[in-house]
Amino acid sequence: MTTTPHVVVVGGSLGALRAAEQLRAGGHAGPITVLGAEAHLPYNRPPLSKDVLAAGEPLAPAALADRLAFRRRASTADVDFRLGDPVVASDLRAGVVWTGSGSATSYDGLVVATGLRPRHLDVSGPALGRHVLRTVEDSHGLRADLERGPGLRVVVVGAGFIGCESAATLRKLGHEVTVVEPVGSPMERVIGAAVSAAVQGHLEAAGIRFVLGTGITGYLGEERVEGVVLGTGRVLPADVVVEAVGSLCNTEWLAGNGLDLSDGVLTDNRMRVVGAERVVAVGDVARFPNPLFDDVPRRVEHWSVPTDTARCAAATLLGDLAGMPPDDEFAPVPSFWSDQLDLRLQSFGSPALADEVVVEEGDLEHLLDGLLVTYHRQGRHVGTLAVNLSAARQRGLREQFSRPVPVA
Amino acid sequence: MKVTVDMTMCQDHGQCAIAAPEVFRINDEGHLEYDAEPGDDMLEYVEEAADVCPVQAILIADS
Repeated sequence: MTTTPHVVVVGGSLGALRAAEQLRAGGHAGPITVLGAEAHLPYNRPPLSKDVLAAGEPLAPAALADRLAFRRRASTADVDFRLGDPVVASDLRAGVVWTGSGSATSYDGLVVATGLRPRHLDVSGPALGRHVLRTVEDSHGLRADLERGPGLRVVVVGAGFIGCESAATLRKLGHEVTVVEPVGSPMERVIGAAVSAAVQGHLEAAGIRFVLGTGITGYLGEERVEGVVLGTGRVLPADVVVEAVGSLCNTEWLAGNGLDLSDGVLTDNRMRVVGAERVVAVGDVARFPNPLFDDVPRRVEHWSVPTDTARCAAATLLGDLAGMPPDDEFAPVPSFWSDQLDLRLQSFGSPALADEVVVEEGDLEHLLDGLLVTYHRQGRHVGTLAVNLSAARQRGLREQFSRPVPVA
Repeated sequence: MKVTVDMTMCQDHGQCAIAAPEVFRINDEGHLEYDAEPGDDMLEYVEEAADVCPVQAILIADS
């Protein structure tokens, strides 16, 4: 081991930036190299499905990335960001990664921060008019397509959070929006059937249509999409389609190292990649156990996760490199928010784990007046969802999941 | 240290008030109020507040 170990971060988004910051905060003075697939410095993605589609002058991707770029701490001024050249292979025993352009980079410590990419529907048809939403290029392309006119017929495939947020934004812009979801109802897997039905009713009242229980089996059109064919045989005319059908993990570059890559990359509770030395993972590609709930490793696709996991992973990597591995328990409180028209959903804990849902305040027919729902698994409180409650309530709601700090 | 929140961006998510309650708070109307010149001993918490702001509206400068 060199006296100033070289840490390489693979990935160029929020998790990568937070990992670099936390390595510096943890006292690492040696070189840090960030290898990012995208051509831009890390930028904030949530606005891509909201304000960016709706507000102000449309910006070219580079200018948009610039506007959404994360503030960089002074401590990371000398971090070497090498962008636009994805890492495609690795040998974790030799401590080397290779980028698509063929350049090799050796490391003493490695941070896996490659995140996700959107899944595309495996349905043939014209490419024009079909969109996904993950990058500034995606958002720019969708916005450009929406400039074709007011009142476009838009089909959103997938009624998860991205799908519902996109549908809400597009409806607010005056388009005719239909959401198609083959499995369950909007966001049901996370928020449960009763709350899902209430939110669906609210979005429907604003003019968003939902077609549930059937998927897309074909696209109509020659040059560009003119419609979608549903599993039922019904045809929905469409000028624009947004595919919001989940994500794939960017782990191909880790193949051949004997890791568990069955769903993201498996780590221990301290974010160490299982089966490798001096390698940690951060963000939504990492599958880690959270003792707040149980010992089952899970990936968590929340915006708060890169920041939380980077804090732990950086401390772990620095401790391991120094021969003083930390062993205090990592138990982050998951949280997310979602803005859909005049609704704001705010979640703490893991509602998706629940087998029982209890409405604590408000009623499902009047979401705008505020709703508080708790989620329970085998009688234990595992999640909380607030709809349109004051942000002043959040601290208290979150603290219900924080464990008391053990006395040293 | 000088703290500035771009109030044209702020959407009252309240994450900053969880991270640094001595500096940021949500008032009874559900809107953000903050101390624009907190002591330097607050830096770590203010940094965290800036990190967790969903719309990245918090700026920190040396005073």
